[in-house]
Amino acid sequence: MAARSPLGRTIAAHAVLIAYTLIALFPVFVIVVNSFKSRRAIFAEPLALPNAETFDLVGYTTVLAQGDFFQYFQNSLIVTVVSLAGVLLFGAMAAFALSEYRFRGNTLMGLYLALGIMIPIRLGTVAILQMMVAGGLVNTLTALILVYTAQGLPLAVFILSEFMRQVSDDLKNAGRIDGLSEYRIFFTLVLPLVRPAMATVAVFTMIPIWNDLWFPLILAPAEETKTITLGSQVFIGQFVTNWNAVLSALSLAIIPVMVLYLIFSRQLIRGITAGAVK
Amino acid sequence: MARITLTDVRKSYSGMEVIHGVSIDIADEEFVVIVGPSGCGKSTLLRMVAGLEEITSGTIAIDGRVVNDLEPRARDIAMVFQNYALYPHMTVRENMAYGLKISGMPKAEIAERVARSAEMLELQPYLDRKPRALSGGQRQRVAMGRALVRDPAAFLLDEPLSNLDAKLRVQMRLQIKELQRRVGTTSLYVTHDQVEAMTLADRLIVMNAGVAEQIDTPMRIYERPATTFVAGFIGSPAMNILAATVTPDGAGLTLPGGAVLACPAPADPGQPILFGIRPEHIRAVTQPGGVGAIELTVLAVETLGADAYAHCAFPGHVTSAAEAMVVRLPGNAALKPGERLHAVFDTGAAHFFDPATGRRVGPRR
Repeated sequence: MAARSPLGRTIAAHAVLIAYTLIALFPVFVIVVNSFKSRRAIFAEPLALPNAETFDLVGYTTVLAQGDFFQYFQNSLIVTVVSLAGVLLFGAMAAFALSEYRFRGNTLMGLYLALGIMIPIRLGTVAILQMMVAGGLVNTLTALILVYTAQGLPLAVFILSEFMRQVSDDLKNAGRIDGLSEYRIFFTLVLPLVRPAMATVAVFTMIPIWNDLWFPLILAPAEETKTITLGSQVFIGQFVTNWNAVLSALSLAIIPVMVLYLIFSRQLIRGITAGAVK
Repeated sequence: MARITLTDVRKSYSGMEVIHGVSIDIADEEFVVIVGPSGCGKSTLLRMVAGLEEITSGTIAIDGRVVNDLEPRARDIAMVFQNYALYPHMTVRENMAYGLKISGMPKAEIAERVARSAEMLELQPYLDRKPRALSGGQRQRVAMGRALVRDPAAFLLDEPLSNLDAKLRVQMRLQIKELQRRVGTTSLYVTHDQVEAMTLADRLIVMNAGVAEQIDTPMRIYERPATTFVAGFIGSPAMNILAATVTPDGAGLTLPGGAVLACPAPADPGQPILFGIRPEHIRAVTQPGGVGAIELTVLAVETLGADAYAHCAFPGHVTSAAEAMVVRLPGNAALKPGERLHAVFDTGAAHFFDPATGRRVGPRR
């Protein structure tokens, strides 16, 4: 590849990519850097790296001293992981049904399931809140998990059904002749083959859930169900904002989602279907 | 090991019938090849036997048991697919063992069966490789192995060799035939390649547009094709089929271009008839005036080494390349386009077909 394209083009391409990377990483960089500085240093020179003089862990100590912070973390993780599992499992199953079986209204059903991509779930907030109140689910993590699973499904069904259509019919038929049940075909043949697509869906589903402030604020603002994004808000006051704590909390919040991302991104790259069929 | 009986099997897709009633009784240990051009319904028919397509009407019985409504796994069959359909994330060993594992066979027996099949197919060195690390021929053998280990009532093979290169295909063809003879499992094999069909089959089903045009042994199909389609499909190059007219005295045929061939035909004087003759039943003579020699103009010559095929036209008759007469010549024949050739037809090997139906009409001798 590099041998074919002239050096100039390679440099130009990399320049664009590097510029984009810098722009994308800049806010994160500022947050992380400033979380290690004293309050005075944050305001004096926001872009400066922490040095011996300005280095201060006061933000982190504040955050960690706040006893329920681990609770927030745990809540966020539970909500994200369980919703993600729900989205992947039910999304993949729906996608398999849509791509594999011929039934009346198949296309219509596919469109219906994909409709959610175009309509933001927040439009239904009031109705969702009423529903949760009626169901007694307000201030529970279950409420958040249900909403996030619903929110993630349309995109998951849409992407996964496209990928599942590409899985060779002969492969599934070979499984049928080998005596596999439809569930086994789904779990042992099709799912491993669409793993890269599953990882893509996982990443796109996970990040908005982790970062969401809206639904935790509305559906589960109680102390014991606060998520990390909502929890960080305690440091933002109407009159005074504890920037050290906010920035430290946000820096900490990046870590789990990054770990999850690293797990999935390995799958993103792996082209496992190579050699499946000629 | 089993008999497979198809009785008036039909298939429709939303009202459009694509298989128009196929019946055949396949004996135990028989190797039957379904051959036909693409889109003739041969794969659909095979998939109906496998249980991957529903049967619209008619019955399919394996070993005397009607399997119309049985799932593929309940039919005791194994199938080899054109693109092999190996499980890409499993090793060769796992690929072969998976079906047995699902059926709950004890591990020791699975291991033994896999070892035996691997030995038969010379797959031992590759047992722990993934399919992507194998060549096309090796993958094909794994696909065969996966079928073999199950020791099913019947093998169903859907164009298993068409993804291989020509040399490997010949090799695998022999291997499949040999394997089938050894294990004696009833086999149903689909191909579009008539050479494969001729060499492998105990019996052939020639299909065209959803109809089984002829079911018979390869040699009988070659010698007595039932329709013009079969005549043109089986044999390479294809049989020449000429629109002729019986001469008024009934003793000969007027060929396109006006030449008269002394050959009694099974039709009344003055009637049109299709006259079929294979390239190998036409002899080229250099000198004109031989008894019954007919003059032809050479359009093109294809030299294959041992043989050469001259594509010819009748002088004074406009002929497109597709309807050219093909004459087999020795490989060293030095003929050029535009030259004349005198051909003697072996009228004893002629075939006659009804121009209206395309069906064979028996020689009236």
